[in-house]
Amino acid sequence: MADSPKLVNLTVDGKPVSAPAGTLLIEACKNTGIEVPSFCYYPNLSLQGACRMCLVRVEKMPKLQTACTTGIAEGMVVVTDSDEIRQARKSMVEMLLGNHPLDCPVCDAGGECELQDMTFSYGAAESKFIELKQHRDEQQWSPVVYFDRPRCILCYRCVRVCGEGMDVWALGVDNRGAVSTIVPNQKDHLECEECGMCIDICPVGALTSGAYRYKTRPWEMKHVGTTCTHCADGCKTTLGVRRAETGMEIVRGDNRDKSGINGDFLCIKGRYGFDFCNNEDRLTQPLVRRGGRLVPATWEEAFEVIGKRFKSIVDREGGRAIGVIGSTRTTNEENYLLQKFARLLLGTNNIDHHRTADFPAFVAAIHGKSNATATMRDVYNAPAILLIGNDPTDEHPLLAWQIRNNVRLHNARLYIVNSRPIKLRRQATSFTQVPSEIDFTTFLGGDESRGSNVAREGWNTLREKLRAEQGLVIIFGSEIFGQGIQALAKFAASVPGAKLVCLGDYANSRGAADMGLYPDLLPGYSPISSAAKLHQEWKTLPEAPGMNIPQMFEAAKTGQLKALYVIGANPVGRLNILHSGLNNTFLVVQDMFLTETAALAEVVLPAANAYEKAGTFTNTCGDIQILKKAGDVTTTKPDFEMIVRIADAMGFDVHKLVPFGHGVHADMGQSRGAQSGEADQHSVWLEANGLEPKVSPFDPMAILDEIQRLVPGYDVSRLELMAGNDQHTSIAAMGSGSVQSPELIVPAKNNLFTSGTLGRYSRALNSVIENKDPEPAEEVSAD
Amino acid sequence: MRFSDQFEARFTEMLTHYPTKRSVLVPTLLYAQDEAGFLSDEVITEIAGRLDLTELDVRNVISYYSMLTTKPRGKFNVQVCRNISCLLRGADELIEHCEKKLGIAHKGTTPDGLFSFEEVECIGACSWAPAAQVNYDFHENLTAEKMDRILDEYRTKVQ
Ligand code: SF4
Ligand code: SF4
Ligand code: SF4
Ligand code: FES
Ligand code: FES
Repeated sequence: MADSPKLVNLTVDGKPVSAPAGTLLIEACKNTGIEVPSFCYYPNLSLQGACRMCLVRVEKMPKLQTACTTGIAEGMVVVTDSDEIRQARKSMVEMLLGNHPLDCPVCDAGGECELQDMTFSYGAAESKFIELKQHRDEQQWSPVVYFDRPRCILCYRCVRVCGEGMDVWALGVDNRGAVSTIVPNQKDHLECEECGMCIDICPVGALTSGAYRYKTRPWEMKHVGTTCTHCADGCKTTLGVRRAETGMEIVRGDNRDKSGINGDFLCIKGRYGFDFCNNEDRLTQPLVRRGGRLVPATWEEAFEVIGKRFKSIVDREGGRAIGVIGSTRTTNEENYLLQKFARLLLGTNNIDHHRTADFPAFVAAIHGKSNATATMRDVYNAPAILLIGNDPTDEHPLLAWQIRNNVRLHNARLYIVNSRPIKLRRQATSFTQVPSEIDFTTFLGGDESRGSNVAREGWNTLREKLRAEQGLVIIFGSEIFGQGIQALAKFAASVPGAKLVCLGDYANSRGAADMGLYPDLLPGYSPISSAAKLHQEWKTLPEAPGMNIPQMFEAAKTGQLKALYVIGANPVGRLNILHSGLNNTFLVVQDMFLTETAALAEVVLPAANAYEKAGTFTNTCGDIQILKKAGDVTTTKPDFEMIVRIADAMGFDVHKLVPFGHGVHADMGQSRGAQSGEADQHSVWLEANGLEPKVSPFDPMAILDEIQRLVPGYDVSRLELMAGNDQHTSIAAMGSGSVQSPELIVPAKNNLFTSGTLGRYSRALNSVIENKDPEPAEEVSAD
Repeated sequence: MRFSDQFEARFTEMLTHYPTKRSVLVPTLLYAQDEAGFLSDEVITEIAGRLDLTELDVRNVISYYSMLTTKPRGKFNVQVCRNISCLLRGADELIEHCEKKLGIAHKGTTPDGLFSFEEVECIGACSWAPAAQVNYDFHENLTAEKMDRILDEYRTKVQ
């Protein structure tokens, strides 16, 4: 850490202000609560000085100065508000309005437009311009991006965020002066990452999105901050919801709330990939197989069928005959509840999930070490980063953003080791291409037998450089597993302050692993034999390790597995399981869609998704974050409720499953209509005051209690969590983990525009894929 | 894409003048245009590649300068100034005259491909307004008659 820069003292509007040397005047003012208006200035983007809205009077300087480009200086005396300044700003607004179409009543930005706000503040409602407005038709640049040229005020924020922030450089400026115009990289259309950063950063309605344009007005929506359900990075996304026939419909995703770990960032999936919720193929009724066909049934019928069959199988053959497959997109509470259901009710350890990273080996490698893991925020602030394997630009868009912008804004050193020339090498201090990533980690760990002589020489130099780094963050993909992680952890331990990040692929891959969706590991990676605390709490626990997914399907084929309970996963589609392999197995599936797996089921229950429920997710770094219910399709249920209902239908005392009913009775507010989500707000207040509701067996917070009590490393501040802040769990405090067979780890290989089943049902994502040139866009160079 | 040896020699030489490659963009474009007549997609791709710039960047720069063009022009590009000094001394009439004489409007090209015509901003010849530029030659203190003579001279040049 460099010494903190010295403080500079100045006077703004008569008030003494001090800020670190190097601060821009506009920021120094903002920090003391004085707002200087701006259009083109945007924190962390290069300075533009284009709009001249930020004019202020600095004593001893001849003309008004732009506060966004003026650095503060000792003794500076500044006036930010006077007749002269208001007049200057008013003229600026008047100029901008000169050719502005003033179609606010239909413009997407109306109601949250910075130009509207400025016009309101500076009152340039009358204009001296009598010229006819120059109209230009709206242009569609991609399925996502639309451009309405006359609305553009030429602040160049879009150009800068696409280039500097995204490293895509897809937007530019043609012509000059009054006829300048923003243009896309392919003359009349865009070839880009479709992130929508340019759209959200646009202060007016010049750039609009295919997903939201002309759909509704900002004040007609309720805005709910929750966590993205796509990749494993855990961006905070704000969903705009509106009443619909089916419940509450999500109409927009953005990140107006910049408090998340992602700051300004969202990729296309977080911003526009919510529309799977509204897909017409969504299941809205329980289905039960009768006469060979899946036919609609009531919830009660469905639960009864499942309860009876599960109970009779358990009674006759014991838990061995039932398997459970969990999800990487259900909440921690649901995952925990599911394995508790399996172990406590069904009496089986036959539970697994789609593994995308070797978390058990990771926890084994860093067991007991404090501060061994990095947060997503660390990746943005660390002085140095070592990235081994993976292609974050495609697979972990937020991680890539954090890395890029750390390099750009904080001069972080980035060392990349990869078998492919990934795009992030453009930001790298050094890029080392290796035949296999695991050879390199083995080398780092001290085993120098792999790789050619020449390669080893290079690796050695790199290793010395890495050893000299302070506060190195080491990030590795699924190329590294088992012993490779051991070797890496050993190396990390030799570098003072080094921290690790293990990359899994889905929104709650990490949570599924942490919550014990393993046949041989309990929540918190405790081996089955060493779970004294859980034994105490639950009284009974099956002792034999269970079957993993391939073993379950094998057992189904041979007729040993009598029932299979699948939640939010599609193993049949993913592993190409033959229909006949499940002929003798009672299959129950909870999902949003009739996936390949659901199509074979005896009972299918229509599930709510992560945007339609409360709970928590843990991202790949181990940052736990809250989910808040935004959308609502009335005929579906959260997986949590369905698990509890099945337990009840089996005749089980659900109090033993969910410790509810100890809390207070509370007015939880409306759960529908414009005030929906009030229930969530009440819960925040109650939580903050130590009054936890837990009045219902369907309240995930009751299970969160148990998780926080029994899963080591999850004892984070509940208040911070409820307030929407990310909290870091410590995986190193958990159990001893285990060495898994690597062939069970199958990376999702999702790219920017795919997202497993959710992606298949997202029109926004599919329209982009269909629209793409078959040839991947060439990388273009930076400015 | 092949340029002349002279172009290549100049290009290599220019690269040594600046700390960053992109700085030679504008003169490179100008020389390339002199050779190829206009800046085609092919030329843009080539120059962007050489200077590690995006094609978008190169096109943005071209669009900034009225001297640079991405469309074929006539052999002689007649640019008549219509900024304040020239306007005060009859640029409007001159422009109208040119348009009539050549039978084309702003940014047009004659069917025989000989002349293009455009109005431009100040060309820095205010003291001799009204002024015009034909390719790299300046013509000053213009009147309709003088303009006719000039255009005829160009026409005879090619015959
Ligand atoms: S959508 Fe993203 S990548 Fe595409 S132009 Fe906008 S900022 Fe650039
Ligand atoms: S499109 Fe929007 S962000 Fe881009 S320059 Fe215009 S007003 Fe600014
Ligand atoms: S980076 Fe990942 S978490 Fe963030 S918006 Fe994209 S898919 Fe969602
Ligand atoms: S904000 Fe300062 S010039 Fe635009
Ligand atoms: S105004 Fe015409 S040359 Fe300057």
